[in-house]
Amino acid sequence: MSNVDDKSAQRRARLTEYRCWLYLLPAILFLGVFMVYPLVDVFVYSFEEGYNFASQSFFGTGLYNYSYVLHDPYFLQAVKNTFIIVIITVPMSTLIALGISLLLSQITKLRSMFQTIYFLPYVTNTLAVGLVFMILFKKTAYTDGMINLLINAFGGSSIDFIDGPYWAKMTVMCIYTVWVVMPFKILILTSALSSVNPDYYSAARVDGTRPWRIFYRITLPMISPMIFYLVITGFIGAFKAYSDEVALFGVDLNAAGMNTIVGYVYDMLYGDSGGYPSFASAAAIILFMIVLTITVINLMISDADD
Amino acid sequence: MEVILEHLTKAFPSRDKKNPTEVIAVNDFDFTIPDGKLIGLLGPSGCGKSTTLNLICGLLAPTSGRIIFGDSDVTNLPPEARGVGLVFQNYALYPHLTVRQNILFPLQNLRGEDKLTKEEMNAKAEEAARLVQIDMLMDRKPKELSGGQQQRVAIARALVKRPQVLLLDEPLSNLDARLRLQTREEIKRIQTETGITTIFVTHDQEEAMSISDLIVVMKDGILQQIGRPQEVYDEPVNMFVAKFLGTPQINMFDGRVSGGLLYLGDTPVLKTEAPDSDVHVGIRPEGFVLADGSAGDGCEPLVCDLKAVEVSGRDVSIVSTHPACQAANIRAIMGSDRNMMVTGPSVSFRLRPDKVYLFDKETEKRIQ
Repeated sequence: MSNVDDKSAQRRARLTEYRCWLYLLPAILFLGVFMVYPLVDVFVYSFEEGYNFASQSFFGTGLYNYSYVLHDPYFLQAVKNTFIIVIITVPMSTLIALGISLLLSQITKLRSMFQTIYFLPYVTNTLAVGLVFMILFKKTAYTDGMINLLINAFGGSSIDFIDGPYWAKMTVMCIYTVWVVMPFKILILTSALSSVNPDYYSAARVDGTRPWRIFYRITLPMISPMIFYLVITGFIGAFKAYSDEVALFGVDLNAAGMNTIVGYVYDMLYGDSGGYPSFASAAAIILFMIVLTITVINLMISDADD
Repeated sequence: MEVILEHLTKAFPSRDKKNPTEVIAVNDFDFTIPDGKLIGLLGPSGCGKSTTLNLICGLLAPTSGRIIFGDSDVTNLPPEARGVGLVFQNYALYPHLTVRQNILFPLQNLRGEDKLTKEEMNAKAEEAARLVQIDMLMDRKPKELSGGQQQRVAIARALVKRPQVLLLDEPLSNLDARLRLQTREEIKRIQTETGITTIFVTHDQEEAMSISDLIVVMKDGILQQIGRPQEVYDEPVNMFVAKFLGTPQINMFDGRVSGGLLYLGDTPVLKTEAPDSDVHVGIRPEGFVLADGSAGDGCEPLVCDLKAVEVSGRDVSIVSTHPACQAANIRAIMGSDRNMMVTGPSVSFRLRPDKVYLFDKETEKRIQ
């Protein structure tokens, strides 16, 4: 009797399992065709030397593509640029956004107006913002941008931020990136701050907790999941930077010395030096490994903290 | 510590621009809370009880009036300088901290000469935890505790600094019925053990009656009555207090006093010394006694249409109707110990004079 029961129970369990897979099928198919397959394809290309889209041919396999890319000075420059942008802009934008969000949550009057103002960059087109930054930072033979006028006012001499020395260009790049990514972070952090139950603050006040202690013992832990989310997505986003660079320095980023890894991949595929899908694939895989490593480290830190 | 409220008033500015009258949440409170007692602030929701509590603890500043603890005026002191402990309705335990860290939190805020060593802090936290019997849960996070245990942690956190006054905001409203009963006894025990003047806010009259030494009944920001629970129940000063205290509710009738007799409808039911006038009559459910024949003092039994007899085991409630009653039903409660037979269609009651209250038709004040 119980034997029969066991068998039918087993069959039911198996049926349930099949049904689960059936329900998952559309998503699996979609992800498989549009994400897993291309990923595997890129992975394969990256080991095929001189792959040609048109003829679908290649003349060898091996690590040559990686070796080429890793020895390409343009690629090394792109990696350096990308890392500088990531390391400077992610912490800076998160910290500034946290500060602005804290101030925003303190004020009551005009709060929604300020929130709208801080959100404006998010809805503004990247290229339009780039143009504004170019005008702000420009230096030509005839006119200076506002930043240079300010520098002059304080007794400095004009600097060409757009076509000048590397550090000047990188400064503009970082300010621009921070400015562009901040609205989203402010949005997330203000909502995270307002979702903290005010009773926690009242309780802290009754206990005579000093403001700084309230911040790092109560507020910060309460919103830490959101901060981790912002740091992780911030890292990923900054590693994938490309359009912001184009907006400021034009399409020939190698010449400007401001290329990024994604920019390098694009150039290898379509740019003037284009037509090298194998090199592009190898560079893309390297970027993927970097982002994966950083994200795993981030997740490990946030888990350890919990 | 004695707590004295002197003409305490709190008005909130109106948010409605078309109607700029301010909302007076607490209106001219003037009373003294004796040292070492458990006080229940009782009233329907929105009557200003939580505001009163926040004024006493210092989270809100009064519009006018003074708050005095013992012999020091604390009106302008911040909460931490008043020596109060506050337990929030939702407990407000920090979710990312363990029970121990939560209880330690107020101690870690101490500065200057009050600053404690780690050992002293731990000893105090352990002591507070033992008092509320959660010392075996010290390393858990709040979400791993039941509602009742969280409540105890909140009380321990409020008590750890040895406050002069302990304030509890609706301490039992987040607990289920059984736990509520248990916890209120627990609160009473902790209060008796520590001897700290404790003020708690509730909208549940049964809760307030059962554990308070004194209850303060409020309505619309205005103090209605202060007294020992039994006193307030037996001698309500007005119709609101009479209706608010007691379950089942008091039965309200339209009545008339004429020639030293109280009439309900056309029936003279009771002798009274009140002057002739129309009155509201409140009769407690236990104020009805089954009548067997006329009392013979000029009064007649109140004859009501019987609707139902509900038996609870301990007592019997008789549901009936009468034209003079303001509610749909009259509910009378009597002990079930006697061999009682109630059969329709009507039932006759005599009234116990001490359970019948007369209220002025206009002012709704009690006529003594």
